[in-house]
Amino acid sequence: MDTLLQDYLPILVFLGLAIGLGLVLILAAAVVAVRNPDPEKVSAYECGFNAFDDARMKFDVRFYLVSILFIIFDLEVAFLFPWAVVFGDMSMAAFWSMMVFLAILTIGFAYEWKKGALEWE
Amino acid sequence: MSAADITFYCFAVVVVTAGLFVVVSRNPVHSVLWLILAFFTSAGMFVLLGAEFVAMLLVIVYVGAVAVLFLFVVMMLDVDFAELKAEMAQYVPVASVIGLVLLMQLGMVFGTWTFADDAMAMRGAVAPPPGEVHNTAALGLLVYDKYFPLFQIAGLILLVAMVGAIVLTLRHRTDIKRQDILAQIYRDPAKAMELKDVKPGQGL
Amino acid sequence: MGADLTILLPEIFLSLCAMAALIFAVYTTKDEVAPLLVWGTAAVFVALALWVALSGNVTRTAFGGMFVDDAFARFAKVTILLSAAAILVMSKDYMVKRDLLRFEYPVLIALAVVGMMIMVSAGDLMMLYMGLELQSLALYVVASLRRDSVKSTEAGLKYFVLGALSSGLLLYGASLTYGFAGTTSFAGIISVATDGNISVGLLFGLVFLTAGLAFKVSAAPFHMWTPDVYEGSPTPVTAFFATAPKVAAMALFARVVHDAFGGVVGDWQQILAFLAVISMFLGAIAAIGQRDIKRLMAYSSIAHMGFALVGLSAGTAQGVEAMLIYMAIYVTMNVGTFAFILTMEQDGRHITDIGGLNMLSAREPAKALAMLVLFFSLAGVPPLLGFFGKYGVLLAAVDAGLGWLAVAGAIASVIGAFYYLRIVFFMYFGDPEARGTDVAVAPVQGAFLIASAAVMVLGIINLFGVEALAASAAIALVN
Repeated sequence: MDTLLQDYLPILVFLGLAIGLGLVLILAAAVVAVRNPDPEKVSAYECGFNAFDDARMKFDVRFYLVSILFIIFDLEVAFLFPWAVVFGDMSMAAFWSMMVFLAILTIGFAYEWKKGALEWE
Repeated sequence: MSAADITFYCFAVVVVTAGLFVVVSRNPVHSVLWLILAFFTSAGMFVLLGAEFVAMLLVIVYVGAVAVLFLFVVMMLDVDFAELKAEMAQYVPVASVIGLVLLMQLGMVFGTWTFADDAMAMRGAVAPPPGEVHNTAALGLLVYDKYFPLFQIAGLILLVAMVGAIVLTLRHRTDIKRQDILAQIYRDPAKAMELKDVKPGQGL
Repeated sequence: MGADLTILLPEIFLSLCAMAALIFAVYTTKDEVAPLLVWGTAAVFVALALWVALSGNVTRTAFGGMFVDDAFARFAKVTILLSAAAILVMSKDYMVKRDLLRFEYPVLIALAVVGMMIMVSAGDLMMLYMGLELQSLALYVVASLRRDSVKSTEAGLKYFVLGALSSGLLLYGASLTYGFAGTTSFAGIISVATDGNISVGLLFGLVFLTAGLAFKVSAAPFHMWTPDVYEGSPTPVTAFFATAPKVAAMALFARVVHDAFGGVVGDWQQILAFLAVISMFLGAIAAIGQRDIKRLMAYSSIAHMGFALVGLSAGTAQGVEAMLIYMAIYVTMNVGTFAFILTMEQDGRHITDIGGLNMLSAREPAKALAMLVLFFSLAGVPPLLGFFGKYGVLLAAVDAGLGWLAVAGAIASVIGAFYYLRIVFFMYFGDPEARGTDVAVAPVQGAFLIASAAVMVLGIINLFGVEALAASAAIALVN
């Protein structure tokens, strides 16, 4: 177990450095930088006009469809990792099991394609 | 206290803090960002447990995909979150009572923490001993073979999710021109153009 | 592996059919083949029901006990398949008329049925969860099938959020159970929870599992999603919700408490009895104020689940048998009632207000009579079949020493009878001036309505032999 954790030590060190550096830079900006705000300087500015409306507008539902389809194939890929790791030692059943799984999702993919869900417009 | 313990407590503090901020932060986008931090640190805790595959899955699936989806959803919804938050304040007393009860129950379980006598033996019967094989490989040896039907049902569930997402959200607009790639490829210059010799003063 | 797969053949066949239908439809004319797919799916359901019913009286397990094919599973599967087929067939006209029928609908229903078949055959907590999720996910989608209607999307969303919550509870219970028992297989769990000895951790696992399952069967106090989802979903989907998934969830409930926790009957008996009492009374009392017939049927289903739980809480083979018969009768009654609800309309618009039943007897005496029989049966008025269902579960409770539960059930059924009889009163002695539903020409729905009512009357002779099947199913489960 400890050898496993030692393998991850560089990542931990890296994480500590990244957090430390990030904090230093942000804090430096807060401490060192000259700040001299006035109302006009900090107001929202949009091509010479005041902002028309909220910056956060509604997204089209199509973005959602794309991302959910992405998640599904992401999960499919997640199942492939352990399969690939044991590829050498696995039984024939395990091999074909993955083929069946991929076939099911390929059916989904064919449906999706033909239905036009991959077209943007 | 070993280095692993210290790391654990760091991660644990961050997870709990991030979880708290998911609930209390005013801006929903910030909530999602805190959630991503919580996922990342939980992944770190899984690594500490030795469950590397689950840790990486958390990063790939939850941070990479689910959190992105959450961001989309948060941005897609036209909900006044400030108002929702105000409404939520009414439920705080009830929620805290329920939370307290759950906490007490957990405490009770912890107090009488007795496994069934042959629990460890039964657990060992399924998976190879953890020392001998890497945990990703151990999963790989189990999931595709011994748990064949479960794996295939997982495939079917993903199929249903795909069909469901398309059924519920896909709309085909009819008032726009679409690109027909095949038609473009099959276009023949000989048929696409016609040369006409127009005599002056006569027109077509 | 090969031998294991032959045991799962019906499920595999149905999944392949669903996928083939999906591909066939999307590569041909899409929604125009949807009516054909509906008929095809219903035919496949009936064929599978015959296949399952005629596959011999043996108990077989596959994949190390993860999947159990016994008389109990077969009884539940046949009920699920036949009721799903009936609902599909009778919902076609309604959906075509309202431009709701999309080719994904039969495919999703077929996949939901695969999930239900897996649920009732589950011999392992993981199998249970996967089956349940496959079923639920497909149902969430069909609940919001009418995606331009606010009510329908709200129903889908509510169902999804509360369904996810209940899945979470169930999963929490399952993980506690796994943690303390060291195994997810029911055979393993029952070997560590024997003779009334159950550790506190395992008990918590049992409680959370029960709460999650109570959500799925919509037993009070976990019922709050039911009326809204029933009201908001398109009516054919509501009809489906009220039948097959209820049978599947109830059968799953029975399987968990008997197969996994059969050694500690005393521990879950009180939980189930509590759920049963609350459901029966809540279903009976809350339905009184309802004007929408779909909401009314939702409360009616809550009350009926309470009665089925009475049978289950007896903790005996007799109780399971009574529960199975009760569910079969309940499904038959609901198929008939919803066949009628589907035809309720005014000027082509579907109505669900119970005012639509006003003076039905004057306009359509045959249908009114059939509805009278069905409502009397739902209320449990002797000598109709519904009465025998109730009698069976209450008798099982008395024999198991739960006399107080039987008394509570009898009182609840008397209270509940009020709102069924009120509708019957509307149909026969309502306001002659008020406008009711138009006279509908609907041969398929009419046939289902009449057939269901006929079963309620003719079934009292010998229950069509269902009793013997249920008895052998119960013995297969409880031993």
